[in-house]
Amino acid sequence: MPMLNRENLVNLALAILLIAVPLIANGLGQPFYITLATRVAILALAATGLNLALGLGGLVSFGHAAFFGLGGYVAGILAAHNFSGEPVIFGLGGTNQMWVIWVVSILVSGIVGLAIGAISLRTSGVYFIMITLAFAQMVYYFAISWPAYGGQDGLSILVRNQFPGISTMRPLSFFFVCYVILILGIGLFALIRASRFGAALQASRQNEVRVATVGIRPFRIRLTAFVISAMLTGIAGALFADLNRFVSPSMLSWQMSGELIVLIILGGTGRLFGPLAGAALYVVFEYALGGMTERWQFFLGLILLLVVLFARGGLIGLLAGKAKHG
Amino acid sequence: MKNLLAAATLALSVSASGLAFAEPLKIGMITTLSGGGAGLGIDTRDGFMLAIKNSGNKDITVVTEDDAQKPELAVSIADKMIQSDNVDVLTGIVWSNLLMAVAPGAVAQGKFYVSTNAAPAALAGANCNKLYFNAAYQNDNLHEAMGEYANKAYKKMFILAPNYPAGKDSLTGFKRYYKGELASEVYTQVGQTDYAAEIAQMRASGADGIFVFLPGGMGIAFMKQFAQSGVKIPVMGPGFSFSQDVLPAIGDAALGAKASGQWAPDFDNEASKKFLADFQTEYKRLPSIYAVQAYDAAQLILSAASKASVKNADAFRAELLKADIKSPRGNFKFNTNQHPIQDIYLTEVVKKDGVLTNKTVEKIFADHGDAYAKDCKL
Amino acid sequence: MTLALALEQLLNGIQLGVMLFLMAAGLTLIFGVMGLINLAHGSLYMVGAFACAAVAAWTGSFWIGLVASLIAAAAAGAIVELVVVRRLYDRDHLDQVLATFALILIFSEGTRWLFGSFPLYLDIPPLLQGAVSLPGGAEYPVYRFAIIAVGAAVALGLYFLISRTRLGMRIRAGESDREMIGALGVDIRTLYTVVFALGSALAGLAGAMVGALQSVQVGMGEPVLILAFVVIVIGGIGSIKGALLGALLVGIVDTLGRLLLPQIVGLFMPLAQAGPIGGAIASMLIYVVMALILAVKPRGLFPAAHG
Repeated sequence: MPMLNRENLVNLALAILLIAVPLIANGLGQPFYITLATRVAILALAATGLNLALGLGGLVSFGHAAFFGLGGYVAGILAAHNFSGEPVIFGLGGTNQMWVIWVVSILVSGIVGLAIGAISLRTSGVYFIMITLAFAQMVYYFAISWPAYGGQDGLSILVRNQFPGISTMRPLSFFFVCYVILILGIGLFALIRASRFGAALQASRQNEVRVATVGIRPFRIRLTAFVISAMLTGIAGALFADLNRFVSPSMLSWQMSGELIVLIILGGTGRLFGPLAGAALYVVFEYALGGMTERWQFFLGLILLLVVLFARGGLIGLLAGKAKHG
Repeated sequence: MKNLLAAATLALSVSASGLAFAEPLKIGMITTLSGGGAGLGIDTRDGFMLAIKNSGNKDITVVTEDDAQKPELAVSIADKMIQSDNVDVLTGIVWSNLLMAVAPGAVAQGKFYVSTNAAPAALAGANCNKLYFNAAYQNDNLHEAMGEYANKAYKKMFILAPNYPAGKDSLTGFKRYYKGELASEVYTQVGQTDYAAEIAQMRASGADGIFVFLPGGMGIAFMKQFAQSGVKIPVMGPGFSFSQDVLPAIGDAALGAKASGQWAPDFDNEASKKFLADFQTEYKRLPSIYAVQAYDAAQLILSAASKASVKNADAFRAELLKADIKSPRGNFKFNTNQHPIQDIYLTEVVKKDGVLTNKTVEKIFADHGDAYAKDCKL
Repeated sequence: MTLALALEQLLNGIQLGVMLFLMAAGLTLIFGVMGLINLAHGSLYMVGAFACAAVAAWTGSFWIGLVASLIAAAAAGAIVELVVVRRLYDRDHLDQVLATFALILIFSEGTRWLFGSFPLYLDIPPLLQGAVSLPGGAEYPVYRFAIIAVGAAVALGLYFLISRTRLGMRIRAGESDREMIGALGVDIRTLYTVVFALGSALAGLAGAMVGALQSVQVGMGEPVLILAFVVIVIGGIGSIKGALLGALLVGIVDTLGRLLLPQIVGLFMPLAQAGPIGGAIASMLIYVVMALILAVKPRGLFPAAHG
């Protein structure tokens, strides 16, 4: 039973706020704000995945866009094959069922995460940042050049994929789907953080030697965390593709990897609800500044810089004070 | 007397029809105003707004937003414009990949989309749509024209494009009309800035002509490096490679390059002269081909809006299809797939009063449509 | 493939490598001395190109522009160091990545604010126009030879600076033990600013020289930045020697890959299909090389004293 301390209150408020905005928007007949809230939920889920590696394990992956984009492409490719009726591979057809797509995107990003992690985790520090970046670039260039699924033009999903019993084309219904998965993702993060595995992961960040001396191999712990992290980000990518009804290599770009890191730091590194707070802040910035000035990227940069320099701990840190552990 | 009367009746009927449909029309313009590709988006916006301003129509509002050349952002803005700003018509996207992200969703939600530039094959054939119009061309057109032109003077062509769908469409379009031998067909990396390796291959290939499709910064880099390489093979490309937005940056290295285009600043018709003069007065620079296309897109929307309500989609579409405008391009009408049928010319880069610009040489195609219209069942 | 083409492509690979070295040397120096990972290094490259283009257009001289690019990039680097980067030395890599990511946004939009959205014109100086004949019959642009020469001169200059001068001694001291040189009475804050400005000036020089070959436009720095990171990771972060060899390796592998892979794939399928597929593999090639090298040597080919 979680204690009702200040951070938990802030988290609860955030969770309620995220669900209140679309409900109110729906009542007022402003469906765009539902779309905006859905965007927040999905980006928060992707960042929660990254937070597992980055926040708990101290693994600064600059290549998580690879998993985000792979999840998106799984959704796009399966939907396209379902539409055309051609089999994807080994006689297996496409699908428009979201839950199948989620399972496949988790598998695909998990397998790719295992391969990337197995090589990358041999390095550390700056080398790790750069090698994850390089792997993501590899996937990015492959997606741009490979002609079968639209290359740089990307792939349209003509009709949003289905979930039994829910009309996913209705903005509010799709929001609830994303919201539930986000809460499950955050729940998973909390479970892992509280588990023995999570303790070992955090310990390996703080003192590798000590972990090794008690007989735990940090490499395995980190690799497991990296793979789970990739899976969570992958499923978020599948949802993102369904939100936009479109997937393109820009989901795989290094700027996307950078944005995911930005979300975490804006919200508060390693914090349970940090990614959600960061995603909400980022989407609101992008929306509000983009409406005000053509130069919004300039001001976005300025705000980010100020947050890094002067507001360490991010939004959650500001609202709930310093982390108890981390 | 009789003429006067007729004129008066005409004036009356025009104003009456104007009055009848003087209801508000909201246009959402999504285009690239920041980042490396911003030049094209700014010309698009300025060309479009020039036509709106010239019309003096106060019932039309245009909301403009920057897509930063990111498909995801463009989709999000389109959602906002449709769901929150309640726009009737969307327009302005420069890039095919962004258009593919936005247009199918927009027309599915019952909004018109009038493209000012991007024209992927995917939307011109079997997947054409009643609400999707293209005021520019079909992506293959200018490449087809160069293929046709190459037949006349060249026997062995070296052709090159970036490795992405528009690049492959480009070379496919070129080959559709070119009948000679191919020395080589090379695909470069998107965003590549050094072409030394490709230029060396050109030198070694024994080609007598080179066709390149490299839009934006890629084309600038290629032309400058080619000029330094000592290779003397003539270079040609589609209009975008030598359009007004890139010419100043290429400099004299572009002189003599042949290209295809539906418009050049030296066109000798009233609409073109007026457009050129107005644009230069308003923005103090020469317009690019993107500005003309956007100017015509705005004219098309204005002409339809003056005769029909956008709320009546069928009537509005019928008026758009008539293409009752005076285009700086001269001949302009819509094909069955709602893409242009127009003349395509050969142009050459020249220096006029110290400014690099395109000069018209000859007409390559008259009333040219596209290869996909036959698959479109509208 | 003829010998002339092979020779020409080899030169192209070296020229690309030399240009990457100018970028990578600054990055690796800054990392080696201050332990800072600087994503905004590509922005300083852009600053150099814009300064050169603007000043060359204004004065009519490429050479004055080239000097201006060095000054502008060094000044921009020094300002960034004093205002922002200084506060990041004792932070972790994560904060450094984010802060310098923010700097990219600021630099890019700021440059567009100042210079507008259209690419600028910058031409090769008359002295270096044209091409010279190579053995085997091919011709090669003089300007690309000049870039190779400048790169070689910078490599020699850096070697001399670091091994023979007082500043170089302090840089070496800073690389091996940061607390130590403070204790020795060296003004460490000034040293850091100087090193940062030096690295920035090298990036600006690369930007100006390459700007004459390409288009001077917003966003030109980021593709080069990523390649430069690949270079220093392959070479071993903090090592100038590693940066030089890594840059040449990346330049040559990339150039030859683009030439050979489509032809190799072409042995198995028609040209129209082999082109895109070969091109796709070629664009991934250097990342594959990097992954292979790191899988065998996780700290690069020439690991520096600390990382």
